[in-house]
Amino acid sequence: MPGHLRFENVTRRFGSFTAVDRVSLEIEKGEVFSLLGPSGCGKTTLLRMAAGFDVPDEGRIFLDGVDITRLPPDQRPVNTVFQSYALFPHLTIRENIAFGPKLSKRSPAEIRSEVERMLELVDLTAHADKKPTQLSGGQKQRVAIARALVNKPKVLLLDEPLAALDLKLRQRLLVELDAIHDEVGITFIYVTHDQGEAMSISDRIAVMNKGVVEQTGKPAEIYEAPRTSFVAAFIGDTNFLDGKITSRIDGRFSKCAIEGIGEITIDNDKPTNPGDLVHLSLRPEKIIVSRGKPELRENENSVPGVIEDIIYFGSHTRLWVRCGGWRLCAETQHRTYQLDDTPLKWGDTIHLRWHANDGYLLEQYREEDESLLTLPDEE
Amino acid sequence: MKSRKPELLATAPSFLWLALFVFVPVAIIFAIAFRPALPAGGIGEGWSLEAIRSLKDPIYPSLLLRTVTISFVTTALCLALALPVAWHLAKLPPKWRSRILILIIIPFWTNFVIRVFSWQQILHAEGAIANGLRSIGLLGDSDRLLGNSAAVIIVSVYTYLPFAILPIFAAAEKFDFALLDAARDLGAKPFRAFRSVFLPGIRQGLVTAILIVFIPMLGSYVIPDMVGGTDSQMLGNKIAQRNFNDRNLPQAAALSCALTLLVLAPMLLRRKEKAG
Repeated sequence: MPGHLRFENVTRRFGSFTAVDRVSLEIEKGEVFSLLGPSGCGKTTLLRMAAGFDVPDEGRIFLDGVDITRLPPDQRPVNTVFQSYALFPHLTIRENIAFGPKLSKRSPAEIRSEVERMLELVDLTAHADKKPTQLSGGQKQRVAIARALVNKPKVLLLDEPLAALDLKLRQRLLVELDAIHDEVGITFIYVTHDQGEAMSISDRIAVMNKGVVEQTGKPAEIYEAPRTSFVAAFIGDTNFLDGKITSRIDGRFSKCAIEGIGEITIDNDKPTNPGDLVHLSLRPEKIIVSRGKPELRENENSVPGVIEDIIYFGSHTRLWVRCGGWRLCAETQHRTYQLDDTPLKWGDTIHLRWHANDGYLLEQYREEDESLLTLPDEE
Repeated sequence: MKSRKPELLATAPSFLWLALFVFVPVAIIFAIAFRPALPAGGIGEGWSLEAIRSLKDPIYPSLLLRTVTISFVTTALCLALALPVAWHLAKLPPKWRSRILILIIIPFWTNFVIRVFSWQQILHAEGAIANGLRSIGLLGDSDRLLGNSAAVIIVSVYTYLPFAILPIFAAAEKFDFALLDAARDLGAKPFRAFRSVFLPGIRQGLVTAILIVFIPMLGSYVIPDMVGGTDSQMLGNKIAQRNFNDRNLPQAAALSCALTLLVLAPMLLRRKEKAG
């Protein structure tokens, strides 16, 4: 059964630059699907091709089995929420929302009631006769959403809809957007460079980098089981370790030698054989920090190190710890605040402990992705 | 309440300028219109409604109609040409934009009368265009390109086109072209998006362009004089004729007053537009 919205080997070039490189995606009906990646990764170009503002050089796009690759934007059952809102400044909020319905062949009475229903949905009935310049950023965003949804599109495309808003408002609108999605139930395609937004709103995420989809999956899969070093480093923060498989313990675990640290136990997330070179991603919050040497349970690892840097984040503290030739980032939670607890400080020697299962073997590693980390190791 | 003194001081120079060079001359012309004319030319003593009464002359309605028609057609053609130019100019990369803007402005470095004179040569009966049209049978042997309303309109469009392009371009440059994407996205065909989003978006520029072309056109004198014929004379030519040939200053002044009032009408319209 083919997907609801399907990209088939879509490529788009601008001169010698390939913005989107043979992207294939299948998006299911009713899901919130995010295109996540840094600026210039091709996510907006892909969205513009879905909207009809741009045409792929190669490949095709299908909506419910119909080829829409070359259909102009006004003939697609798809609507867009623009990053800059793109509200018509000479029209009132009500007229803005009625713009689409008026172009369709619906009766004036029906249009009126639909527009009022939309105003209610986004809670803007009180502002219906204002001009867009009289609204706040968050209100404008809601108008843009209502103006798109009133046309009853099969797919709603959202191009960085919250990028222009401040953090608290962004979080609130994200919850509202989620509620709107639950109410209308149509497919949302959400373009963002903000991994937090993508993680919290999406059913599935496609992580894009340099025109290529690096991984597609549920938020937890993307976060816990990153396929590539780019995905691991772009979403959240991580530590990269590379080593050589020395021996197999059982079907699941192996021993791995890491230069400067010694032998650790790893989970075979992909099939490995002794002698293989592997790259491991280890999330900071999986590491447990202790002053004394911890007692290890089965398949746990422990590494001593010296604190090089501390950043206090309120809800947690991040430590950068020098362990041999590596600098590892670990996170400590503050579940209880104990005054008598001697706080960790620079130069303290501590122990890092993690379970073999908490590291993840990457399928593909590129050294350049190290630069995406919060504090890349200069060495 | 805040003192209005600094405001008055700041506007005083421009107010003085307006008073000296606009209000006073206009008042003088209005006054002359109510004076008697001397048979030998010049202005007589006392007051008279003779010049005002002369406005009833049956030649004026058709002259006025022709003046307004030529001005209107010129304005419409200027807008029709300026819109696509301004649109494409606004979409060009900034480097090319300024280059082409300079090309639009360069003709102003040549004296206006010389440019109109060169049009006399271009449209001349023995000129390349006339000969060319004649050779392919589009122009009869006795037909002329010069000396008619069409010549007046062509040269006027040439003269005023930059004045129409510049304000429309200034508005189009500030226009957010993403709005056109939004209109297309909401189901508008390209022309519908242009009409219901782009035109309202550059409304101020359009209004300015219309005024800046239409008002000077109403007072046109040099162009109809140089490239027009007897049947394409405009109000401005009649004023000049009353002044230079008939030596009847009060009648010239009365015509000028009528023209001034005619020009004020669109200005008041603009005032209403801004208030609304």
